[in-house]
Amino acid sequence: MSAQVEDHGLLRFLTCGSVDDGKSTLIGRLLFDTKTILADTLSAITKTSEKRGMGAVDLSLLTDGLQAEREQGITIDVAYRYFSTGTRKYIIADAPGHEQYTRNMVTAASTANLAIILIDARKGVLTQTRRHSKLASLVGIPHLVVAINKMDLVDYSQATYEKIKADYREFAAKVGITDVRFIPLSALNGDMIVDRGDNLNWYDGPTLIDILEATPGAHTEHAEAFRFPVQYVCRPQDSANPELHDYRGFMGRVESGSIKVGDAVTVLPNGLQSTVKAVQIGGVDIGSAFTEQSVTLLLADEIDCSRGDMIVKTVEAPAAVKEIRATVCWLAESPLDRARTYLIRHTTRDSKAKLTGIDHRLDVNTLENLPADKLAMNDIAEVTFKLAQPLFVDPYLENRGTGAFIVIDESNNNTVGAGMIL
Amino acid sequence: MTQRSTLSHLDWLEAEAIHIMREVAGQCANPVLLFSGGKDSICMLRIAEKAFRPGKFPFPLMHIDTGHNYQEVVAFRDQRAAELGERLIVRSVEDSMKRGTVVLKHEGESRNKHQSVTLLEAIEEFGFDCCIGGARRDEEKARAKERIFSFRDEFGQWDPKNQRPELWSLYNARSHKGENIRAFPISNWTEMDVWQYIEREGLELPSIYFAHTRPVVMRQGAIVPVNVPLVSGELTNLPKAGEEIIDLQVRFRTVGDISCTAPVESDADNVEKIVLETATTTITERGATRLDDQTSEASMEQRKKEGYF
Repeated sequence: MSAQVEDHGLLRFLTCGSVDDGKSTLIGRLLFDTKTILADTLSAITKTSEKRGMGAVDLSLLTDGLQAEREQGITIDVAYRYFSTGTRKYIIADAPGHEQYTRNMVTAASTANLAIILIDARKGVLTQTRRHSKLASLVGIPHLVVAINKMDLVDYSQATYEKIKADYREFAAKVGITDVRFIPLSALNGDMIVDRGDNLNWYDGPTLIDILEATPGAHTEHAEAFRFPVQYVCRPQDSANPELHDYRGFMGRVESGSIKVGDAVTVLPNGLQSTVKAVQIGGVDIGSAFTEQSVTLLLADEIDCSRGDMIVKTVEAPAAVKEIRATVCWLAESPLDRARTYLIRHTTRDSKAKLTGIDHRLDVNTLENLPADKLAMNDIAEVTFKLAQPLFVDPYLENRGTGAFIVIDESNNNTVGAGMIL
Repeated sequence: MTQRSTLSHLDWLEAEAIHIMREVAGQCANPVLLFSGGKDSICMLRIAEKAFRPGKFPFPLMHIDTGHNYQEVVAFRDQRAAELGERLIVRSVEDSMKRGTVVLKHEGESRNKHQSVTLLEAIEEFGFDCCIGGARRDEEKARAKERIFSFRDEFGQWDPKNQRPELWSLYNARSHKGENIRAFPISNWTEMDVWQYIEREGLELPSIYFAHTRPVVMRQGAIVPVNVPLVSGELTNLPKAGEEIIDLQVRFRTVGDISCTAPVESDADNVEKIVLETATTTITERGATRLDDQTSEASMEQRKKEGYF
């Protein structure tokens, strides 16, 4: 038995809301109450708070990153923050809430396993609440926490909390969001964040940090098929070491599922079959590997396999497709041009792609599907792409690793779209 | 025995960093890994071993030497590269000064920010399309928003308002000739993670990371090492008139150019003690030790826009 404290791994989560909802204050409070903020940072924000004529220390200043933003007083990009409780490490993706920043929220959500949707208790469920919730569910975040904040400004009223909860449930049922938890908070005073405080005694559920501590990490919730996109092939060919003459290591990260020595595998696209001879990290045998591990696979037979190929278990191969239907969020200032050819990057594989149709566009405010013939920045739509090369895909909601892709504009190499395969 | 299906936080961070390094190797034609002999880049070398062994690294190592580095760190740098059997390129800010591309405002000016010029010259000399660096997002506010794959234009400039969106772990390292990508595999690590990783992997470090006694003066609240011998044997950081030299037990939390790196008072003489000290410290890594970042609240952002790492 080890005397070390348990390590519950890592949880990535996203906070959705605007400055007005107290989002930055909430993040500041989480960092402050978990003792992540150190004295010099605190003294810097105390100085700034005084300079701006504020009475108390403004914890929201902790998350104001860049000079340009500080000047404008708004957050314009995704920032990442870190804290640890001793048993778990957390990565917060902090995305701004305004409508024009849909792309930032989609970006932040893409790596998150939980989303905190902030509601101002005085205002209740707003258009932006619905927008954030819809986007979070669209990007496949498995856990939603609705945090009803600023309870101090409604006299910690349980009736207000229950009303907002009922309103949210009604909306959630309509858009098919089922797994959602509610919590009343005052980020300003720190009630129900890390400490329970004395003001919300009628609430007997867990604190926010308790919820975060208990949320399962990614990929632990359901069994997934083995998917191993090959990133790089290691052929040492070291003349001084004859043992390495025939070494061919297929390097990559297990996107889903697990693999062990002896498993029967197939290499896509060529369809050649073999068995796993060794699973290694840094040349050392580890016997088996599971989701999110970066490993090297050695196969029993000498078969052709290179970057962009995918190794899968023979019994559970994915679909190879040359046309994909997907939900796409457009990220670039120049709109999607139907006449142009783009590059789609899916796992480690690239394919040229052309838009063949737009089914409909989602109005993120009314949540209605509207007809559309073009896509501009921040638009979300269901579309169809025709591909030059086959891709090996799973539906995004079943497998984020093999269901996601980005769209690249080859003229300037920018990432212009984010896609989730339907 | 049941199989663990969740990675510990260090295993997760390591797996992510390996994945990022392999993406660089897979996507870029001519990458280079920046290695200074500092603790973050020492972790990067271990990650590179786990990513590519038994093969050789698919990139050389490179150090931009300000000429004002601690002897111990320079010796460690050379020793580590030799042990690994990997190629080490050293390019020097002093050569840029000789060429006239770096001009100091005054002799004592910190050469730290001038590394950008030498780095850009080396990128051009070797035609590197990607530099892998050990920067972390927790180090500094401007870094918190930088991408893992960060695009720089022909002048090495970082434009915070015009970064490529980065989703899932689908990285876009494409660039045109002359442009450059900076890749940061340990973006998501904190100072604590780095020390825990060093402890777990049993990594060797230059001796100045551990508590030792050295002559220092107190200057504007910071501990400033004085009479520091350079690799040439010449002493640098001479005390100013009237300053009192004291022998203090210190260690470095971060190691860079001598003129702008300050140590902290400490008796932590092994990694275990440092992990404990890091867990209970009250000052951020840069706040405590980087004299150059204090000049302005936004000084890192400014330097990055100018091509700094």
